[in-house]
Amino acid sequence: MTRVEITGIGLHPFGRFDGTSVTEMGVVAVRHALADAGIGRGGFQAAFCGAVYAGVAAGHKVLDSMGMTGMPIVDVEAGCASGGAALMLAAGAIRAGQYDTVLVYGVEKMPKGIIRSSFFEPWREQAGLAATPAYFALRAQRLMRESGVTKHHLASVVVKNRRNGVNNPDAMFRKDVTAADVLASRVVCEPLHLWMLCSPNEGAAAVVLRKGSGGGVELAAAALRSHLPGSVLGEATPMSGLATDDITPPTSLAARAAYEEAGVGPDELDVVECQDTDAARELLSYEELGLCNPGDAAKLVETGATEMTGRLPVNPSGGLLSKGEPLGASALGQVVELTRQLRGDAGPRQVEGARLALSHTVGRGANACVTIIRR
Amino acid sequence: MTTVVRDGLFTVGDSPHLVGGRCGDCGRHHFPLLGTCPYCSSDQITRAELSRRGTLWGWTAVTAPPPGYLGDVPFGFGVVELPEGLRVITRLSHPVEHFTFGMPMHLRIVALHTDENGDDVLTYEFTPEAYDRKIVPTGEAGGGRA
Repeated sequence: MTRVEITGIGLHPFGRFDGTSVTEMGVVAVRHALADAGIGRGGFQAAFCGAVYAGVAAGHKVLDSMGMTGMPIVDVEAGCASGGAALMLAAGAIRAGQYDTVLVYGVEKMPKGIIRSSFFEPWREQAGLAATPAYFALRAQRLMRESGVTKHHLASVVVKNRRNGVNNPDAMFRKDVTAADVLASRVVCEPLHLWMLCSPNEGAAAVVLRKGSGGGVELAAAALRSHLPGSVLGEATPMSGLATDDITPPTSLAARAAYEEAGVGPDELDVVECQDTDAARELLSYEELGLCNPGDAAKLVETGATEMTGRLPVNPSGGLLSKGEPLGASALGQVVELTRQLRGDAGPRQVEGARLALSHTVGRGANACVTIIRR
Repeated sequence: MTTVVRDGLFTVGDSPHLVGGRCGDCGRHHFPLLGTCPYCSSDQITRAELSRRGTLWGWTAVTAPPPGYLGDVPFGFGVVELPEGLRVITRLSHPVEHFTFGMPMHLRIVALHTDENGDDVLTYEFTPEAYDRKIVPTGEAGGGRA
């Protein structure tokens, strides 16, 4: 199969940037990625842009403002997995022989506060059934019941990611916190406290993919999957589901596809960036990605395996809990981070000798993407 | 006068029911009523009034008003499992502190808020069997304190 390489990465920091437009943030990320790849105008034959709240033709506006239009520009919306979806489409097009070099980017400028989504019908909002953190809380409660996870485990995930975020200049929150701080923050929806939830925010990320000749960082897999019918608490959040616990979640479907595509297993991974929309979501992701057996997420975090000093550091960037979540950009932000890790360019948050890395986002649709890169 | 938050979600009266569908091909139930089975894609759907009683599968309390919400906070929120093999997302009566997994629950219709015409807008919620009380509080918005 055609080898696809990541030859350029770029980022606009994640945070709140009053006075900076989503287009301007996209330009910053794209400019860095193109410079990193050593290409300019005419250096890529197609562009895929992940965006959710950025409006009509968000990707076009970025390239238009740089005088770089003319090629196909496709805006991709797949909720929190938008950037991963864009990456999958770009990689597929290169493997199909359609293009040699493709620009993939994601941009976002989220409204403040709880994410409001046209995903929910107005009556569900009116009746209080569109409270996103409440769905997260129900999932956290089930995880606590089924995997022996306690509030202490949830707090320890926040402590870990915020500590990692201290070393990430592109993160929104860069202060160390203690478990006591986390548990003293107000309860949003029991068992989730405010500091256990990530902040929707703003930012942009970009990646240049190229048909490879060997060397550099290889995009070994980019898998996207949607949910199977019937799960009431999946990210699809229907009004009802089936009374069964045997429905494979979309993250597991995407992970299986990605492991197969890359020809690797979870035991071989050196570093992971996963969806930590809330602290429980990270623990659930450990199980769904096969980083531990089902029911063992609490044990995995207790052993310290996912700390920077552990055998499989998770979210060395600080995760969404430190960076915040600009939906269209977050998945590509993870790929940027992991490419830095594999290049040995991650500075004080470097995972020594990292050669195989996995990124994961999951959200509305439901959509889950899992990307595996290696060098 | 009263109105409902969405037509066709539930029946009202002394013995209210959620209105779902039953698939003639796979035999499974869904809620709210759809024209196509959300599990097997069949269009052989018949209207089904779902059981008023179920068990508690998950719960939390919403403490700050989410976007677009028209009722009072805090309110209960969770999942109730019905004998038809269905888990339903629902409001729950508040407070929720003493709820337990598998607790018997039953449906009731409550006033969510009062609209611009002065009409009570009704919605559905589940409350523990043990907390049974008069259905449809009048002049009381929100989750009906148990």
